Amino acid sequence: MEDTARTTGGGLRGRYLMRVQALIGLIGFAAVLELTPRLGLVSPRYLPPLSTIVVALANEVQQANFWAALAFTMRSWAIGLTISVLAGASLGILIGSSTVLQAVTRSTIEFLRPIPSVALIPIAILLFGTTLQSNLVLIIYASFWQVLVQVLSGVQDVDPVARETAQSYRLGHWALIRYVIWPTTLPYLMTGIRLAASVALILAITAELTIGTPGLGKELSLAQSGGAVAVMYAYLIVMGLIGVLVNVAARGLEHSIMPWHPSLRSEQSA
Amino acid sequence: MSGGKIRAVARNAGLALGLPVALLALWWIASAGSANFYFPPLQTIAQMFVEVWVSPRIFDDVLPSLGRLAAGYFGAVALGLIIGIPIGLSRTLRNVLEPVLEFLRAIPPPALVPILILLAGIGDTMKTLVIISGCIWPVLLNTVEGVRGRDEVLEDVVRSYRIRGLARLWHFIIPSASPQMFTGMRQALAIGIILMVISEMFAASNGLGFAIIQFERSFAVAEMWTGIIMLGLIGILLSQIFRLVERRMLAWYHGLRQSQRPGG
Repeated sequence: MEDTARTTGGGLRGRYLMRVQALIGLIGFAAVLELTPRLGLVSPRYLPPLSTIVVALANEVQQANFWAALAFTMRSWAIGLTISVLAGASLGILIGSSTVLQAVTRSTIEFLRPIPSVALIPIAILLFGTTLQSNLVLIIYASFWQVLVQVLSGVQDVDPVARETAQSYRLGHWALIRYVIWPTTLPYLMTGIRLAASVALILAITAELTIGTPGLGKELSLAQSGGAVAVMYAYLIVMGLIGVLVNVAARGLEHSIMPWHPSLRSEQSA
Repeated sequence: MSGGKIRAVARNAGLALGLPVALLALWWIASAGSANFYFPPLQTIAQMFVEVWVSPRIFDDVLPSLGRLAAGYFGAVALGLIIGIPIGLSRTLRNVLEPVLEFLRAIPPPALVPILILLAGIGDTMKTLVIISGCIWPVLLNTVEGVRGRDEVLEDVVRSYRIRGLARLWHFIIPSASPQMFTGMRQALAIGIILMVISEMFAASNGLGFAIIQFERSFAVAEMWTGIIMLGLIGILLSQIFRLVERRMLAWYHGLRQSQRPGG
Protein backbone atom coordinates (compact mmCIF):
# COMPACT_ATOMS: atom_id res chain seq x y z
CA MET A 1 0.00 0.00 0.00
CA GLU A 2 2.86 2.38 0.83
CA ASP A 3 4.14 1.56 -2.59
CA THR A 4 1.04 2.82 -4.34
CA ALA A 5 0.99 5.90 -2.16
CA ARG A 6 4.49 6.71 -3.27
CA THR A 7 4.09 6.39 -6.98
CA THR A 8 0.50 7.43 -7.61
CA GLY A 9 0.12 9.95 -4.84
CA GLY A 10 -2.23 7.59 -3.01
CA GLY A 11 -5.21 8.66 -5.06
CA LEU A 12 -8.49 6.84 -5.09
CA ARG A 13 -7.72 5.72 -8.61
CA GLY A 14 -4.57 3.94 -7.47
CA ARG A 15 -6.44 2.07 -4.80
CA TYR A 16 -9.22 1.19 -7.22
CA LEU A 17 -6.71 -0.12 -9.75
CA MET A 18 -5.09 -2.21 -7.03
CA ARG A 19 -8.41 -3.80 -6.08
CA VAL A 20 -9.14 -4.63 -9.70
CA GLN A 21 -5.70 -6.17 -10.12
CA ALA A 22 -6.15 -8.23 -6.95
CA LEU A 23 -9.50 -9.44 -8.23
CA ILE A 24 -7.95 -10.38 -11.57
CA GLY A 25 -5.34 -12.39 -9.71
CA LEU A 26 -7.92 -14.29 -7.69
CA ILE A 27 -10.13 -14.99 -10.71
CA GLY A 28 -7.08 -16.16 -12.65
CA PHE A 29 -6.10 -18.48 -9.81
CA ALA A 30 -9.62 -19.92 -9.66
CA ALA A 31 -9.62 -20.37 -13.45
CA VAL A 32 -6.31 -22.27 -13.31
CA LEU A 33 -7.70 -24.56 -10.60
CA GLU A 34 -10.84 -25.17 -12.64
CA LEU A 35 -9.24 -25.65 -16.04
CA THR A 36 -6.11 -27.67 -15.24
CA PRO A 37 -8.12 -30.83 -14.49
CA ARG A 38 -10.83 -30.04 -17.08
CA LEU A 39 -8.25 -29.83 -19.86
CA GLY A 40 -6.68 -33.04 -18.65
CA LEU A 41 -3.35 -31.49 -17.65
CA VAL A 42 -3.73 -33.15 -14.25
CA SER A 43 -5.99 -36.11 -13.67
CA PRO A 44 -9.20 -34.99 -11.89
CA ARG A 45 -8.63 -37.96 -9.61
CA TYR A 46 -5.73 -36.03 -8.05
CA LEU A 47 -6.91 -32.46 -8.52
CA PRO A 48 -10.67 -32.13 -8.98
CA PRO A 49 -11.91 -28.95 -10.70
CA LEU A 50 -12.55 -26.06 -8.33
CA SER A 51 -16.32 -26.30 -8.83
CA THR A 52 -16.29 -29.89 -7.55
CA ILE A 53 -14.23 -28.81 -4.54
CA VAL A 54 -16.66 -25.99 -3.79
CA VAL A 55 -19.59 -28.41 -3.93
CA ALA A 56 -17.75 -30.72 -1.52
CA LEU A 57 -17.05 -27.77 0.75
CA ALA A 58 -20.70 -26.68 0.72
CA ASN A 59 -21.60 -30.23 1.65
CA GLU A 60 -19.08 -30.36 4.51
CA VAL A 61 -20.24 -27.06 5.93
CA GLN A 62 -23.67 -28.55 6.55
CA GLN A 63 -22.27 -31.32 8.73
CA ALA A 64 -22.11 -30.91 12.48
CA ASN A 65 -18.71 -32.60 12.75
CA PHE A 66 -17.15 -29.99 10.47
CA TRP A 67 -18.05 -27.27 12.96
CA ALA A 68 -16.99 -29.43 15.89
CA ALA A 69 -13.59 -29.97 14.23
CA LEU A 70 -13.25 -26.28 13.46
CA ALA A 71 -14.14 -25.36 17.04
CA PHE A 72 -11.62 -27.84 18.43
CA THR A 73 -8.80 -26.55 16.23
CA MET A 74 -9.54 -22.94 17.04
CA ARG A 75 -9.89 -23.65 20.74
CA SER A 76 -6.49 -25.33 20.98
CA TRP A 77 -5.05 -22.51 18.86
CA ALA A 78 -6.48 -19.85 21.18
CA ILE A 79 -5.50 -21.55 24.44
CA GLY A 80 -2.02 -22.41 23.22
CA LEU A 81 -1.41 -18.94 21.83
CA THR A 82 -2.62 -17.23 25.01
CA ILE A 83 -0.39 -19.33 27.23
CA SER A 84 2.67 -18.79 25.04
CA VAL A 85 2.10 -15.06 24.78
CA LEU A 86 1.65 -14.64 28.53
CA ALA A 87 4.63 -16.85 29.35
CA GLY A 88 6.84 -15.42 26.61
CA ALA A 89 6.08 -11.80 27.43
CA SER A 90 6.50 -12.06 31.20
CA LEU A 91 9.63 -14.22 31.02
CA GLY A 92 11.05 -12.00 28.30
CA ILE A 93 10.61 -8.84 30.35
CA LEU A 94 11.92 -10.53 33.48
CA ILE A 95 15.03 -11.89 31.75
CA GLY A 96 15.54 -8.81 29.60
CA SER A 97 15.51 -6.34 32.45
CA SER A 98 18.39 -8.07 34.23
CA THR A 99 21.83 -8.31 32.62
CA VAL A 100 22.77 -11.24 34.86
CA LEU A 101 19.71 -13.27 33.94
CA GLN A 102 20.31 -12.45 30.28
CA ALA A 103 23.88 -13.68 30.38
CA VAL A 104 22.93 -16.83 32.29
CA THR A 105 20.02 -17.83 30.06
CA ARG A 106 21.34 -16.85 26.62
CA SER A 107 23.04 -20.13 25.78
CA THR A 108 20.10 -22.19 27.03
CA ILE A 109 17.63 -20.22 24.94
CA GLU A 110 19.87 -20.48 21.88
CA PHE A 111 20.06 -24.21 22.50
CA LEU A 112 16.40 -24.97 23.12
CA ARG A 113 14.87 -22.72 20.46
CA PRO A 114 15.97 -24.55 17.31
CA ILE A 115 14.72 -27.90 18.62
CA PRO A 116 11.85 -28.63 16.24
CA SER A 117 8.58 -28.89 18.13
CA VAL A 118 7.59 -31.94 16.10
CA ALA A 119 10.30 -33.80 18.01
CA LEU A 120 7.84 -33.70 20.90
CA ILE A 121 5.12 -35.56 18.96
CA PRO A 122 5.99 -39.03 20.33
CA ILE A 123 6.13 -37.76 23.91
CA ALA A 124 2.80 -36.01 23.46
CA ILE A 125 1.28 -39.21 22.07
CA LEU A 126 2.55 -41.33 24.95
CA LEU A 127 1.62 -38.86 27.68
CA PHE A 128 -1.63 -37.36 26.47
CA GLY A 129 -2.87 -39.47 23.57
CA THR A 130 -5.41 -37.83 21.30
CA THR A 131 -6.44 -35.07 23.69
CA LEU A 132 -6.33 -31.30 23.65
CA GLN A 133 -3.18 -31.40 25.78
CA SER A 134 -1.25 -33.06 22.95
CA ASN A 135 -2.13 -30.13 20.70
CA LEU A 136 -1.14 -27.69 23.41
CA VAL A 137 2.28 -29.24 23.99
CA LEU A 138 3.26 -28.72 20.36
CA ILE A 139 1.60 -25.32 19.97
CA ILE A 140 3.09 -23.84 23.12
CA TYR A 141 6.58 -25.16 22.50
CA ALA A 142 6.65 -23.70 19.00
CA SER A 143 5.04 -20.33 19.62
CA PHE A 144 6.55 -19.57 23.04
CA TRP A 145 10.00 -19.02 21.49
CA GLN A 146 8.64 -16.66 18.86
CA VAL A 147 7.25 -14.39 21.57
CA LEU A 148 10.18 -14.73 23.97
CA VAL A 149 12.84 -13.93 21.39
CA GLN A 150 10.98 -10.88 20.09
CA VAL A 151 10.36 -9.54 23.60
CA LEU A 152 14.01 -10.07 24.53
CA SER A 153 15.23 -8.08 21.55
CA GLY A 154 12.60 -5.44 22.33
CA VAL A 155 13.87 -5.00 25.86
CA GLN A 156 17.40 -4.72 24.51
CA ASP A 157 16.25 -1.95 22.20
CA VAL A 158 15.35 0.33 25.12
CA ASP A 159 17.15 3.64 24.71
CA PRO A 160 20.01 3.68 27.26
CA VAL A 161 19.56 7.43 27.77
CA ALA A 162 15.89 6.94 28.63
CA ARG A 163 16.82 4.17 31.04
CA GLU A 164 19.45 6.32 32.74
CA THR A 165 17.10 9.27 32.91
CA ALA A 166 14.51 7.07 34.58
CA GLN A 167 17.13 5.94 37.05
CA SER A 168 18.19 9.52 37.81
CA TYR A 169 14.57 10.32 38.56
CA ARG A 170 14.52 7.27 40.82
CA LEU A 171 11.72 5.53 39.03
CA GLY A 172 10.95 2.32 40.87
CA HIS A 173 11.35 -1.10 39.28
CA TRP A 174 7.70 -1.35 38.26
CA ALA A 175 7.53 2.22 37.02
CA LEU A 176 10.64 1.57 34.92
CA ILE A 177 8.99 -1.45 33.34
CA ARG A 178 5.69 0.35 32.84
CA TYR A 179 6.94 3.64 31.41
CA VAL A 180 10.29 2.86 29.80
CA ILE A 181 10.62 -0.81 28.93
CA TRP A 182 7.00 -1.62 28.02
CA PRO A 183 6.45 1.06 25.34
CA THR A 184 9.66 0.08 23.55
CA THR A 185 8.93 -3.62 23.83
CA LEU A 186 5.28 -3.47 22.72
CA PRO A 187 5.95 -3.32 18.95
CA TYR A 188 8.31 -6.29 19.23
CA LEU A 189 5.75 -8.17 21.30
CA MET A 190 3.13 -7.54 18.62
CA THR A 191 5.48 -8.92 15.96
CA GLY A 192 6.03 -11.93 18.22
CA ILE A 193 2.28 -12.43 18.62
CA ARG A 194 1.73 -12.20 14.87
CA LEU A 195 4.41 -14.80 14.18
CA ALA A 196 3.21 -17.00 17.04
CA ALA A 197 -0.40 -16.84 15.84
CA SER A 198 0.40 -18.40 12.48
CA VAL A 199 2.90 -20.88 13.94
CA ALA A 200 0.29 -21.97 16.50
CA LEU A 201 -2.21 -22.68 13.73
CA ILE A 202 0.33 -24.73 11.79
CA LEU A 203 1.18 -26.79 14.86
CA ALA A 204 -2.49 -27.32 15.77
CA ILE A 205 -3.12 -28.80 12.32
CA THR A 206 0.13 -30.77 12.48
CA ALA A 207 -0.82 -32.33 15.79
CA GLU A 208 -4.23 -33.29 14.47
CA LEU A 209 -2.74 -34.81 11.34
CA THR A 210 0.02 -36.81 12.99
CA ILE A 211 -1.40 -37.60 16.42
CA GLY A 212 -5.06 -37.80 15.45
CA THR A 213 -6.48 -35.32 17.94
CA PRO A 214 -9.93 -34.28 16.75
CA GLY A 215 -9.93 -31.17 14.58
CA LEU A 216 -9.57 -30.02 11.00
CA GLY A 217 -6.32 -31.91 10.53
CA LYS A 218 -7.95 -35.17 11.54
CA GLU A 219 -10.89 -34.54 9.21
CA LEU A 220 -8.37 -34.06 6.43
CA SER A 221 -6.66 -37.37 7.13
CA LEU A 222 -10.05 -39.09 7.43
CA ALA A 223 -10.94 -37.72 4.00
CA GLN A 224 -7.61 -39.04 2.76
CA SER A 225 -8.18 -42.57 4.04
CA GLY A 226 -11.70 -42.47 2.61
CA GLY A 227 -10.36 -41.44 -0.78
CA ALA A 228 -12.56 -38.33 -0.80
CA VAL A 229 -10.20 -36.17 -2.81
CA ALA A 230 -12.49 -33.17 -3.26
CA VAL A 231 -13.16 -33.11 0.48
CA MET A 232 -9.41 -33.06 1.15
CA TYR A 233 -9.03 -29.97 -1.02
CA ALA A 234 -12.08 -28.43 0.64
CA TYR A 235 -10.37 -28.73 4.02
CA LEU A 236 -7.18 -27.31 2.56
CA ILE A 237 -9.13 -24.26 1.43
CA VAL A 238 -10.74 -23.90 4.84
CA MET A 239 -7.31 -24.04 6.51
CA GLY A 240 -5.91 -21.48 4.10
CA LEU A 241 -8.82 -19.14 4.78
CA ILE A 242 -8.38 -19.50 8.53
CA GLY A 243 -4.69 -18.78 8.09
CA VAL A 244 -5.49 -15.61 6.12
CA LEU A 245 -7.99 -14.55 8.79
CA VAL A 246 -5.44 -15.12 11.54
CA ASN A 247 -2.86 -13.00 9.69
CA VAL A 248 -5.33 -10.23 8.97
CA ALA A 249 -6.57 -10.23 12.58
CA ALA A 250 -3.02 -10.10 13.93
CA ARG A 251 -2.16 -7.16 11.70
CA GLY A 252 -5.40 -5.41 12.67
CA LEU A 253 -4.53 -5.90 16.32
CA GLU A 254 -1.13 -4.32 15.73
CA HIS A 255 -2.70 -1.29 14.07
CA SER A 256 -5.36 -0.81 16.72
CA ILE A 257 -3.02 -1.23 19.70
CA MET A 258 -0.20 0.89 18.34
CA PRO A 259 -1.69 3.59 16.13
CA TRP A 260 1.15 5.79 17.40
CA HIS A 261 3.86 3.59 16.01
CA PRO A 262 5.38 5.15 12.86
CA SER A 263 6.12 1.95 11.01
CA LEU A 264 5.42 -1.59 11.97
CA ARG A 265 8.69 -3.28 12.65
CA SER A 266 9.96 -6.04 10.46
CA GLU A 267 10.71 -9.53 11.71
CA GLN A 268 14.39 -9.28 10.99
CA SER A 269 15.16 -7.03 13.92
CA ALA A 270 16.11 -10.05 16.06
CA MET B 1 46.89 -13.16 27.81
CA SER B 2 46.66 -11.16 30.99
CA GLY B 3 45.05 -12.44 34.15
CA GLY B 4 42.07 -10.17 33.68
CA LYS B 5 41.44 -11.44 30.18
CA ILE B 6 41.61 -15.06 31.30
CA ARG B 7 39.20 -14.27 34.07
CA ALA B 8 36.80 -12.62 31.61
CA VAL B 9 36.93 -15.63 29.28
CA ALA B 10 36.34 -17.96 32.22
CA ARG B 11 33.44 -15.80 33.36
CA ASN B 12 31.81 -15.88 29.94
CA ALA B 13 32.30 -19.62 29.65
CA GLY B 14 30.83 -20.05 33.11
CA LEU B 15 27.81 -17.94 32.19
CA ALA B 16 27.28 -19.80 28.92
CA LEU B 17 27.69 -23.27 30.37
CA GLY B 18 26.32 -22.78 33.87
CA LEU B 19 22.60 -23.11 33.27
CA PRO B 20 22.73 -25.90 30.66
CA VAL B 21 25.03 -27.95 32.87
CA ALA B 22 22.82 -27.31 35.90
CA LEU B 23 19.69 -28.33 33.97
CA LEU B 24 21.31 -31.48 32.64
CA ALA B 25 22.55 -32.34 36.15
CA LEU B 26 19.06 -31.78 37.49
CA TRP B 27 17.59 -34.06 34.82
CA TRP B 28 20.27 -36.68 35.52
CA ILE B 29 19.66 -36.66 39.29
CA ALA B 30 15.88 -36.35 39.14
CA SER B 31 15.60 -39.25 36.73
CA ALA B 32 18.35 -41.36 38.31
CA GLY B 33 16.25 -44.09 39.86
CA SER B 34 13.19 -43.32 37.75
CA ALA B 35 10.79 -46.20 37.43
CA ASN B 36 8.41 -44.05 35.40
CA PHE B 37 7.98 -45.81 32.09
CA TYR B 38 7.88 -42.59 30.06
CA PHE B 39 10.84 -40.89 31.72
CA PRO B 40 13.73 -43.33 31.89
CA PRO B 41 16.93 -42.29 33.70
CA LEU B 42 19.05 -39.91 31.65
CA GLN B 43 21.93 -42.31 32.15
CA THR B 44 20.01 -45.02 30.29
CA ILE B 45 19.15 -42.57 27.52
CA ALA B 46 22.78 -41.50 27.20
CA GLN B 47 24.00 -45.09 26.90
CA MET B 48 21.21 -45.88 24.49
CA PHE B 49 22.09 -42.83 22.41
CA VAL B 50 25.52 -44.23 21.62
CA GLU B 51 24.06 -47.65 20.95
CA VAL B 52 21.30 -46.40 18.67
CA TRP B 53 23.00 -43.66 16.71
CA VAL B 54 26.68 -44.61 16.54
CA SER B 55 25.76 -47.37 14.17
CA PRO B 56 24.72 -47.91 10.55
CA ARG B 57 21.62 -45.95 11.50
CA ILE B 58 23.56 -42.78 10.70
CA PHE B 59 23.64 -43.90 7.07
CA ASP B 60 20.24 -45.57 7.05
CA ASP B 61 18.16 -42.88 8.76
CA VAL B 62 20.01 -39.63 9.39
CA LEU B 63 21.67 -39.15 6.01
CA PRO B 64 18.57 -39.89 3.89
CA SER B 65 16.61 -37.40 5.99
CA LEU B 66 19.26 -34.73 5.59
CA GLY B 67 19.53 -35.45 1.88
CA ARG B 68 15.82 -34.90 1.35
CA LEU B 69 15.95 -31.79 3.50
CA ALA B 70 18.84 -30.40 1.44
CA ALA B 71 17.12 -31.15 -1.87
CA GLY B 72 13.84 -29.60 -0.75
CA TYR B 73 15.38 -26.63 0.99
CA PHE B 74 17.72 -25.58 -1.80
CA GLY B 75 14.99 -26.21 -4.34
CA ALA B 76 12.67 -23.93 -2.40
CA VAL B 77 15.34 -21.23 -2.02
CA ALA B 78 16.10 -21.29 -5.75
CA LEU B 79 12.44 -21.19 -6.73
CA GLY B 80 11.64 -18.53 -4.16
CA LEU B 81 14.37 -16.25 -5.48
CA ILE B 82 13.60 -16.88 -9.14
CA ILE B 83 9.88 -16.22 -8.69
CA GLY B 84 10.26 -13.55 -6.02
CA ILE B 85 12.62 -11.16 -7.80
CA PRO B 86 10.34 -10.42 -10.79
CA ILE B 87 7.33 -10.03 -8.50
CA GLY B 88 9.28 -7.62 -6.34
CA LEU B 89 10.30 -5.61 -9.40
CA SER B 90 6.87 -5.21 -10.94
CA ARG B 91 4.12 -3.45 -9.06
CA THR B 92 1.41 -4.76 -11.37
CA LEU B 93 2.55 -8.34 -10.92
CA ARG B 94 2.63 -7.79 -7.17
CA ASN B 95 -0.88 -6.38 -7.03
CA VAL B 96 -2.26 -9.20 -9.15
CA LEU B 97 -0.54 -12.00 -7.26
CA GLU B 98 -0.63 -10.71 -3.69
CA PRO B 99 -4.00 -12.12 -2.58
CA VAL B 100 -3.25 -15.48 -4.16
CA LEU B 101 0.16 -15.66 -2.48
CA GLU B 102 -1.34 -14.59 0.85
CA PHE B 103 -3.78 -17.47 0.60
CA LEU B 104 -1.25 -20.09 -0.49
CA ARG B 105 1.15 -19.02 2.23
CA ALA B 106 -1.54 -19.30 4.87
CA ILE B 107 -2.18 -23.00 4.19
CA PRO B 108 -0.39 -24.89 6.96
CA PRO B 109 2.33 -26.80 5.05
CA PRO B 110 1.87 -30.11 6.93
CA ALA B 111 -1.67 -30.24 5.55
CA LEU B 112 -0.15 -30.62 2.09
CA VAL B 113 1.37 -33.98 3.02
CA PRO B 114 -1.81 -36.02 2.36
CA ILE B 115 -2.41 -34.13 -0.90
CA LEU B 116 1.14 -34.65 -2.11
CA ILE B 117 0.99 -38.33 -1.20
CA LEU B 118 -1.94 -38.43 -3.59
CA LEU B 119 -0.01 -36.66 -6.33
CA ALA B 120 3.47 -38.09 -5.93
CA GLY B 121 3.16 -41.32 -3.97
CA ILE B 122 5.14 -41.91 -0.82
CA GLY B 123 8.68 -41.84 -2.19
CA ASP B 124 11.46 -39.30 -1.93
CA THR B 125 9.74 -37.11 -4.53
CA MET B 126 6.78 -36.58 -2.23
CA LYS B 127 8.99 -35.68 0.73
CA THR B 128 11.08 -33.28 -1.31
CA LEU B 129 7.93 -31.67 -2.71
CA VAL B 130 6.48 -31.33 0.79
CA ILE B 131 9.60 -29.52 1.95
CA ILE B 132 9.65 -27.30 -1.14
CA SER B 133 5.99 -26.40 -0.82
CA GLY B 134 6.45 -25.34 2.79
CA CYS B 135 9.84 -23.63 2.56
CA ILE B 136 9.17 -21.59 -0.55
CA TRP B 137 6.79 -19.06 1.07
CA PRO B 138 9.07 -17.33 3.56
CA VAL B 139 11.80 -17.13 0.89
CA LEU B 140 9.44 -15.89 -1.80
CA LEU B 141 7.61 -13.31 0.29
CA ASN B 142 10.75 -11.94 1.91
CA THR B 143 12.43 -11.71 -1.48
CA VAL B 144 9.45 -9.75 -2.81
CA GLU B 145 9.59 -7.42 0.18
CA GLY B 146 13.36 -7.03 -0.04
CA VAL B 147 13.34 -6.25 -3.76
CA ARG B 148 10.40 -3.88 -3.32
CA GLY B 149 12.06 -1.99 -0.50
CA ARG B 150 15.25 -1.22 -2.40
CA ASP B 151 16.76 2.21 -1.94
CA GLU B 152 15.16 4.77 -4.28
CA VAL B 153 18.21 6.98 -4.46
CA LEU B 154 20.40 4.04 -5.42
CA GLU B 155 17.77 3.05 -7.96
CA ASP B 156 18.10 6.48 -9.57
CA VAL B 157 21.90 6.26 -9.49
CA VAL B 158 21.76 2.88 -11.18
CA ARG B 159 19.44 4.29 -13.83
CA SER B 160 21.60 7.39 -14.40
CA TYR B 161 24.63 5.20 -14.99
CA ARG B 162 22.56 3.05 -17.33
CA ILE B 163 23.34 -0.08 -15.42
CA ARG B 164 20.89 -2.60 -16.80
CA GLY B 165 20.05 -6.25 -17.09
CA LEU B 166 22.22 -8.77 -15.31
CA ALA B 167 24.61 -6.16 -13.94
CA ARG B 168 21.73 -4.31 -12.29
CA LEU B 169 20.36 -7.57 -10.91
CA TRP B 170 23.68 -8.82 -9.63
CA HIS B 171 25.22 -5.63 -8.24
CA PHE B 172 22.17 -3.76 -7.06
CA ILE B 173 18.95 -5.73 -6.66
CA ILE B 174 20.21 -8.95 -5.15
CA PRO B 175 22.58 -7.28 -2.65
CA SER B 176 19.98 -4.77 -1.51
CA ALA B 177 17.39 -7.49 -1.00
CA SER B 178 19.80 -10.02 0.51
CA PRO B 179 19.21 -9.20 4.22
CA GLN B 180 15.50 -9.89 3.74
CA MET B 181 16.25 -12.94 1.63
CA PHE B 182 18.32 -14.35 4.47
CA THR B 183 15.52 -13.67 6.93
CA GLY B 184 13.26 -15.74 4.70
CA MET B 185 15.82 -18.50 4.34
CA ARG B 186 16.23 -18.68 8.11
CA GLN B 187 12.49 -19.09 8.61
CA ALA B 188 12.41 -21.63 5.79
CA LEU B 189 15.09 -23.76 7.43
CA ALA B 190 13.04 -24.20 10.60
CA ILE B 191 9.96 -25.10 8.55
CA GLY B 192 12.01 -27.48 6.42
CA ILE B 193 13.18 -29.49 9.43
CA ILE B 194 9.60 -29.78 10.67
CA LEU B 195 8.37 -30.96 7.29
CA MET B 196 11.23 -33.41 6.90
CA VAL B 197 10.15 -35.10 10.14
CA ILE B 198 6.43 -34.98 9.45
CA SER B 199 6.64 -36.34 5.92
CA GLU B 200 8.60 -39.29 7.29
CA MET B 201 6.13 -39.85 10.09
CA PHE B 202 3.35 -40.26 7.54
CA ALA B 203 4.91 -42.71 5.20
CA ALA B 204 8.50 -43.82 4.94
CA SER B 205 10.79 -46.77 5.25
CA ASN B 206 13.72 -44.82 6.63
CA GLY B 207 14.59 -41.43 8.08
CA LEU B 208 14.62 -39.75 11.47
CA GLY B 209 10.89 -39.15 11.68
CA PHE B 210 10.25 -42.75 10.71
CA ALA B 211 12.71 -44.06 13.31
CA ILE B 212 11.24 -41.97 16.11
CA ILE B 213 7.67 -42.98 15.34
CA GLN B 214 8.78 -46.64 15.12
CA PHE B 215 10.32 -46.38 18.60
CA GLU B 216 7.20 -44.76 19.96
CA ARG B 217 4.91 -47.40 18.45
CA SER B 218 6.99 -50.24 19.85
CA PHE B 219 7.14 -48.47 23.23
CA ALA B 220 10.94 -48.34 23.07
CA VAL B 221 10.86 -45.24 25.22
CA ALA B 222 14.59 -44.77 25.84
CA GLU B 223 15.30 -45.17 22.12
CA MET B 224 12.54 -42.68 21.39
CA TRP B 225 14.16 -40.14 23.70
CA THR B 226 17.49 -40.59 21.91
CA GLY B 227 15.70 -39.87 18.64
CA ILE B 228 14.20 -36.70 20.07
CA ILE B 229 17.63 -35.61 21.30
CA MET B 230 19.13 -36.41 17.90
CA LEU B 231 16.51 -34.24 16.21
CA GLY B 232 17.21 -31.43 18.63
CA LEU B 233 20.95 -31.67 17.97
CA ILE B 234 20.37 -31.55 14.21
CA GLY B 235 18.14 -28.51 14.62
CA ILE B 236 20.80 -26.73 16.64
CA LEU B 237 23.62 -27.74 14.31
CA LEU B 238 21.80 -26.57 11.19
CA SER B 239 20.84 -23.24 12.72
CA GLN B 240 24.46 -22.66 13.77
CA ILE B 241 25.69 -23.45 10.26
CA PHE B 242 23.10 -21.08 8.86
CA ARG B 243 24.18 -18.35 11.23
CA LEU B 244 27.83 -18.74 10.19
CA VAL B 245 26.97 -18.56 6.50
CA GLU B 246 24.71 -15.56 7.04
CA ARG B 247 27.30 -13.72 9.10
CA ARG B 248 29.89 -14.26 6.39
CA MET B 249 27.72 -13.29 3.47
CA LEU B 250 26.04 -10.36 5.17
CA ALA B 251 29.15 -9.06 6.94
CA TRP B 252 28.84 -5.74 5.06
CA TYR B 253 25.25 -5.35 6.18
CA HIS B 254 25.83 -6.03 9.87
CA GLY B 255 28.77 -3.62 9.78
CA LEU B 256 26.57 -0.98 8.18
CA ARG B 257 23.84 -1.37 10.78
CA GLN B 258 26.35 -1.26 13.59
CA SER B 259 27.71 2.06 12.33
CA GLN B 260 24.22 3.49 11.84
CA ARG B 261 23.04 2.68 15.34
CA PRO B 262 22.24 5.97 17.06
CA GLY B 263 24.32 6.52 20.14
CA GLY B 264 26.53 3.52 19.31
